[in-house]
Order: sequence, then C-alpha cells, then structure tokens
Amino acid sequence: MMIEVCGVTKSYGAGDATVHALNRVDLSVSAGEMLFLMGPSGSGKTTLLSIMGCILRPTSGAVRIAGQEVTGLSERQLPRIRLEQIGFIFQGFNLFPALTVRENIELALNLKGIRGNESRRRSEVLLERVGLRDKAGQWPTNLSGGQKQRVAIARALAGEPGIILADEPTAALDGTTGRAILDLLRELAHEKGRTIVVVTHDNRALPYADRIVTIEDGQISGQGPEKGDG
Amino acid sequence: MASLAWRNLFHDRVRLVVTLVGIVFSVVLTSIQMGLFLGFVRATSDLIDRSGADLWVASSGVVNLENGIPFSERKFYQAQGIAGVADVRRLTINFATWKKPSGSDESILLIGVEVEGGMGTPWNLVEGRIEDLHQPDAVIVDELYKSKLGVTGIGQTVEIMGRRARVVGFTRGIRTFTTSPAVFTTLDRARRYFGLPADQAIFLLVRLSNGADIEVVRQALKERLTFVEVLRTTEFARRQAFYWMFETGAGVSVLIAALLGLIVGVVVVAQTIYASTMDHLREYGTLKAMGASNGYLYGVIIRQSVISAVIGYSIGIAISLAVATTSQKTTTAIILPGWILGTLFLVTLLMCMLASVVSINKVTRLDPAMVFKG
Ligand SMILES: Nc1ncnc2c1ncn2[C@@H]1O[C@H](COP(=O)(O)OP(=O)(O)O)[C@@H](O)[C@H]1O
Ligand SMILES: [Mg+2]
Repeated sequence: MMIEVCGVTKSYGAGDATVHALNRVDLSVSAGEMLFLMGPSGSGKTTLLSIMGCILRPTSGAVRIAGQEVTGLSERQLPRIRLEQIGFIFQGFNLFPALTVRENIELALNLKGIRGNESRRRSEVLLERVGLRDKAGQWPTNLSGGQKQRVAIARALAGEPGIILADEPTAALDGTTGRAILDLLRELAHEKGRTIVVVTHDNRALPYADRIVTIEDGQISGQGPEKGDG
Repeated sequence: MASLAWRNLFHDRVRLVVTLVGIVFSVVLTSIQMGLFLGFVRATSDLIDRSGADLWVASSGVVNLENGIPFSERKFYQAQGIAGVADVRRLTINFATWKKPSGSDESILLIGVEVEGGMGTPWNLVEGRIEDLHQPDAVIVDELYKSKLGVTGIGQTVEIMGRRARVVGFTRGIRTFTTSPAVFTTLDRARRYFGLPADQAIFLLVRLSNGADIEVVRQALKERLTFVEVLRTTEFARRQAFYWMFETGAGVSVLIAALLGLIVGVVVVAQTIYASTMDHLREYGTLKAMGASNGYLYGVIIRQSVISAVIGYSIGIAISLAVATTSQKTTTAIILPGWILGTLFLVTLLMCMLASVVSINKVTRLDPAMVFKG
C-alpha cells in the first residue's frame, strides 16, 4: 500500500467552536491506483487529502506513506517526506509568477537537489511529457488555464514522487480542458505505477477513476469501483 | 537558473524601487552625517593634530584651543631647560575682528606662531611661503575662506582689530569648526593686535629629543612649570574634539541625524519586505507543501534583503562619495574614510536582515494547508 489511513480523526478549533472535519476514517490506496475522493462541499475531502499529503496532522489515528509511519514525525521531518514522496496539484495552479515555465519546474528539481544542466534537461523532458515544450520560456501569466495546470503537473512530477495528490484540479477549467488534464493524470498513474488521489465534485470526471470514495460529514459513506454513478 | 529571491525581487519593480529608495536615503543620510561628524572633528582638532608638537602646555583648566589663558613667558624659558625637550615654541590663539576691504567685519581665529621651528605653523600652502610671514603686517589665510574674508589674492590689505594686515599666502584645506576662519600671523604681531603683553603666550608647543620618554618629560614639565596642563598632542586633540562635539552639543545633532537615517532605513525596508512577503504568501505556502524546509524559505527572504542591501548601499555610497568630493571645495568637509564605508556596509546588511525578521516570523508560522484554500 502506498497510502494507509487508519482511524483518522481531525478536529479544528476547540471548545464550542470545534469542527469535526474527519471522524474515524480508514482508507488505503495502492500503487498505480487512481482514486477519486468525492462528496459535498465541507465534507472533509481537502482535510483528508492534506493529511495524506503530510501537511496536516490528524487529531488521532495513524497515517503510513510508502510503509513509513508519519504521524509521529516531527515538524522538521515531515517536509522531507513531502519532498521525496509527494507531488501536489492545486485548484489554483499555484505557479510562481516571477519564474518562467521551465524555472517553475527547475525550482522543484532544485529543492530535490537536482541542479544545473541535469535540472535543465529533466525540466525539458517533463515539459515534453505534458506537451508544453515550446512554452518553456513563457511566463505563467501568458498561459491558458489548461496550460498552467499542465505546468503544475510537470512540476508535481519533478523528482518522480510515488504519490500525486490533486485538489479539485479541474474546477477552474472548462470541460474539455478538464478532461484532457484527467487524461494526462490517468496516463501518469499507469505509466510508472504512481498513486494518484484526486479530489473533485465533478461527475464528468468519474469515468477516469479506478475507485471512487465518497465522504459525507467527515465519514466515508460509500466506495466502490462502480463508475459514473452519483 | 536565477534564484527565486532574485526573480521575485525584480518581478515587483515598483516595490523594489521603493525598497531601494529607502535604503539609498538611509545610506546617504547616515554616511553624510557620519562624514560631517568626522569633518567637524577634523576641523576642530586639525590645528592641534598637524602642529608637529609632541606635547602642548596650557594654563591649568584649559579644555580647548579657542579659550586659552595667557601665561608668563618665564614658563617658556623654564621648559627649554628640561631634559628631553628638543624645542619649544610659543603660540597664541584668539578670536579677532577682520575688516574686509569692502568695510564690513568678520570674526576670525587669529593664530600667532613662531615662523621658525615648524610647530604650529600653517601647512598645505598653495601660494606664498611660511617665511613670508616675516614681511610687515603679513597674514596667511585659507583659500576656502577667500570670499568670506573678502580677499581674492596675495598683497591685499585689510584690518585686524583696527590694525593693518596684508595677505601673503594661502593654504588649502585648513578649516575651523566655528564660523571664524583661521588667520596665521607671527607671534609678536598677534600679541600686538590683541594688546597682549610682549612676555605672554597662551600655549607652548614642545618637541621631544630623540629617545626621550614622553611621559617622563610630561611629568617634568608639569612639576617645573606649575599651574599648567601638559597634554600629549593626541590627547589635546581628543579633548578639543570632545569639547566641541559633545560639551557644546554641536556634534550630537549630527549623530542623532545619522541614527535617524538608520531607523528610517530599517522601517522602510521592513515595511517593503513584509509587504512583499504577504504578497507571496501563497508561494511560500506552496514551497512548504512541496517540501521546502523553513531554512529554505528564510534563505529566499534573506537573499532578497541582502540583494536589496547591496544594490541600495552601492547607489547610496556613490551619491555620498560624490557629495563628499564636492564638499572638499567648501568650508564644511564631509570625510568618508574606508572604515566608515565598511562599517556602513555591514550596518546596511544588518539593517536589511533585521527588517526581514518580521517576515521570517510570518513564514515560520505559515500553515502549508493554506495552499488548498480557494
Ligand atoms: N483551518 C480550518 N479551521 C477550521 N475549520 C476548518 C479548517 N479547514 C476546514 N475546516 C472545516 O472542516 C470541514 C471540512 O473542510 P474541508 O476538508 O475543506 O472540506 P471539503 O474540501 O470537502 O470542502 C468544513 O466544515 C470546514 O469548514
Ligand atoms: Mg476542499
């Protein structure tokens, strides 16, 4: 199992203001699997994704990433897990506007200690893979939404993480562009045995899933391989 | 690739300009004020520092050059007899009135010196010679004060304390801290201008013989001459500078202005760096999510402030050096020695780093989960 979430509970705030975002969630995702997390707004999808991505600590429960227990790791150790294991894709793309397309990818490679000619070479390969080789020198502001998300995918792939976590990656895109992005993600999941978790509430995305998990009020309310229902 | 720090800095052009203007303003203000202070210190004490004497003898209680108290020349002869003394020269110094050829009056600092012996005499002569002071009514002035003294060249006559005086030479760069320019003449003539008895002097300038112990000679002079202060030249210079800079308070305002310059710099830079950090918060969050350590983020912020510091400092110092160079042609010199430039560079760096502290604090507490918020 690439990701194992066992009995995870997450509460925000304290006292009367406490919000129980997740309640005893169990979920495992295997290598090469493309899992969709669905559910109404406020149901806890982003919270669960953040916990799987080691950027949020559960209130209780355990999380294992590639077999390693991460719940007990310190604030200093967690960034290393994210760096080595996980690539993120965001609804708002989160590209660095002052960097060119290629530099956005090189920055991620640099973080992983890949520099100079090697990072340049790898960034070209990654851009090739998402079909944006000719945009290497462009500024992010000059790209369309779909192109920006492709750059973000290339950046998430930099350094070959085993896990890609995407929060509403198509929400800011039109239907055709969104489907192209999901196509790309699916291709990636299968080509190198990557684990991909996509949060979405877009039903048109369902045909791309290997498995669909629905959350309601912080609890898993259903899961199954059946596609396209809901 | 260019670093994120560099790119972010130059991406926000307007903010970069504001930051740089803040740093440049701060560097210019601080360095000019420091340079003015040093210029003032030199103007107060140059007459002492460049006197060529090892020891100065003054009436006891005298703390500065301009307020000396005359004493009998007997002390002058006594000093000559002391072991280790190679040469002694007398000097008088008083404020006096100088009537310009146009008829209006100026206050001057009249210095009566012994032309021979090379102690207390004017230096850096660009016209005339020191020996020309032997000519009747001769005085030497500094070219910086030509217009203030109403003279344009050698041979012009004026009046000092109602008596005739004639300009025989010009020096370059002998400034005084008070607004009264230094005017050199012979000891005898100075005494006559003031109506000082012919056997009185105000200071004795002592040169030691080779190998003499300065402290031994100083003690001997103090005991033999009685009711005198005997000061090493450096000590007297320091006392003189301290008197004018701090006891009169004249230097304090300059130092306060220098400090204000620094504070303004820190505030402006902190402000712009913080605003920039806030603008890039999502990027910092993204970096955190991508696995960057806090140290990496501090590196980005600090590199931005260091780059700003280096650019701002370079522009600021270039301006200050230009101003300082121009000031050499005026009666108020701005002196910027290497150690001031070096210190100010370190202070600017420190100031910019200090300015990043708030931003660093903000980024440290940044929750990477914010990247998923709309
Ligand atoms: N930082 C937070 N502080 C307090 N409450 C939060 C925070 N983040 C999320 N929540 C709450 O937790 C619940 C789940 O949020 P979230 O995981 O973002 O849901 P989803 O992504 O499914 O819309 C919601 O009620 C939300 O208001
Ligand atoms: Mg969400």
